Amino acid sequence: MNKTIITVVGKDTVGIIAKVCTYLAENQINIEDISQTIVQGFFNMMMVVDTNTSTKHFGEMSDDLRSLGEEIGVVIQCQKEEIFDKMHRI
Amino acid sequence: MINFFEVVETNEMIAKENLDVRTITLGISLLDCIDSDLNRLNEKIYNKIYEAAKDLVVTGEKISRDFGIPIVNKRISVTPIALIGGAACKTVEDFASIAKTLDKVAHEVGVNFIGGYSALVSKGMTAADELLIRSIPLALSTTERVCSSVNVGSTKCGINMDAVKLMGEMIKETAEYTKEADSLGCAKLVIFCNAPDDNPFMAGAFHGVTEADKIINVGVSGPGVVKTALSKVRGENFEVLCETIKKTAFKVTRVGQLVAQEASRRLGVPFGIVDLSLAPTPAVGDSVADILCEIGLEYAGAPGTTAALALLNDQVKKGGVMASSYVGGLSGAFIPVSEDQGMINAVEAGALTLEKLEAMTCVCSVGLDMIAVPGDTKATTLSGIIADEMAIGMINQKTTAVRIIPVVGKGVGETVEFGGLLGYAPIMPVNQFSCDAFVNRGGRIPAPIHSFKN
Repeated sequence: MNKTIITVVGKDTVGIIAKVCTYLAENQINIEDISQTIVQGFFNMMMVVDTNTSTKHFGEMSDDLRSLGEEIGVVIQCQKEEIFDKMHRI
Repeated sequence: MINFFEVVETNEMIAKENLDVRTITLGISLLDCIDSDLNRLNEKIYNKIYEAAKDLVVTGEKISRDFGIPIVNKRISVTPIALIGGAACKTVEDFASIAKTLDKVAHEVGVNFIGGYSALVSKGMTAADELLIRSIPLALSTTERVCSSVNVGSTKCGINMDAVKLMGEMIKETAEYTKEADSLGCAKLVIFCNAPDDNPFMAGAFHGVTEADKIINVGVSGPGVVKTALSKVRGENFEVLCETIKKTAFKVTRVGQLVAQEASRRLGVPFGIVDLSLAPTPAVGDSVADILCEIGLEYAGAPGTTAALALLNDQVKKGGVMASSYVGGLSGAFIPVSEDQGMINAVEAGALTLEKLEAMTCVCSVGLDMIAVPGDTKATTLSGIIADEMAIGMINQKTTAVRIIPVVGKGVGETVEFGGLLGYAPIMPVNQFSCDAFVNRGGRIPAPIHSFKN
């Protein structure tokens, strides 16, 4: 159980999901769930991914996705699932 | 599974409402460093702290990255130095040399404060205790990151008025020694009643003798989160208000518990406690006073402030207690003046006085904290203020503290800038009537009747 939550927030543009998914596929990271919405022109996406088979360490993945986000002009953040679990589940 | 809105809520708390973990504090016992040779003592202290804490900062940063939560400070607390240096130190300079060792190792491992230049003298002072206290002005003026605290009273022992008198003088001297930096030394000196052994917050942190060899204590924060949650229930009754504070405190504390457990696991050091305190910073939106305003006061200090603070403090504890397996430290709401923009505004507007702050300390977790007063305030007046605050702690069986800064060369109406987390403060007026004869009596105030519970 090594779940990571990836959030993407920023101005909506073509190919955001494609680029993030390509990166994840290249690094053997399985996507378990995606939800997304657009609020006032702003793109909001959350992905639950399984990093058990990932070829990259958490830190590397986190840094790579942040730079990818900068390229597309959105903010991409990786956080381990526990912070949300702890905060919202008893 | 976690849903979208929960993720957004957490990340908004972090990004917009200043949710953070205020400090991971590594407590280190120095009891096994005791030596009668001063050089060897300093060497042992340096080595033990360095070995224990060399990975603290980098581990904190990794945890911060993994969960996306800022961990603002990584700090160290050590066994009260009066106990450690007693066998080796014969002069104030000897004691101050230990402070320099602490400062050096703090720089080396990258922590921003190291606490424990302390003495516990609630009933009496040993020669070493008194020597350490007399060395505080020198120690704080020749180091940057060392914090000092002195426990001068407790519900079980009463108040050591000799120590209270001495501390008034030492505050004045520390202010004088650090006058070039607006008497900054006094911002690193706390006088306690009922000091907890496991407090992770500076300047009052020390590693109590009841503690294990090493321990991880974590202090959470989140005034901005509570304020935002309360802004959504404006006009609702007290039941709704209290429920909202409780739920928010629960969420904030769970983050602290997670970080504490992770830090403990990664450093191989047992987890001690989570301190539930709502700790403000000078950043806009990170203010406890703003919560009081959100509860319904025009400014902190207005009539109703003590009641609002009492309910806030109580609900924070009720929500937080369930979120963590071990709660300790100070755990409540902090009301420092210079570190809280809402408190500064209240003082500048004339809404908040020293006397009202004293009343507020009866119902919150600490005491008169980061209060700047005129530089010409007499030592006995400072001792009188300390004695009042200690009495509140002793009688109410709670921790109280005084961190007061008589800013040399400044008077009422001027402001003083400490910088960083310590913030800035307007100089507050002090009652001008004398308490000399009271302070000069000497001896101690006996323990109160309700301390005899055996």
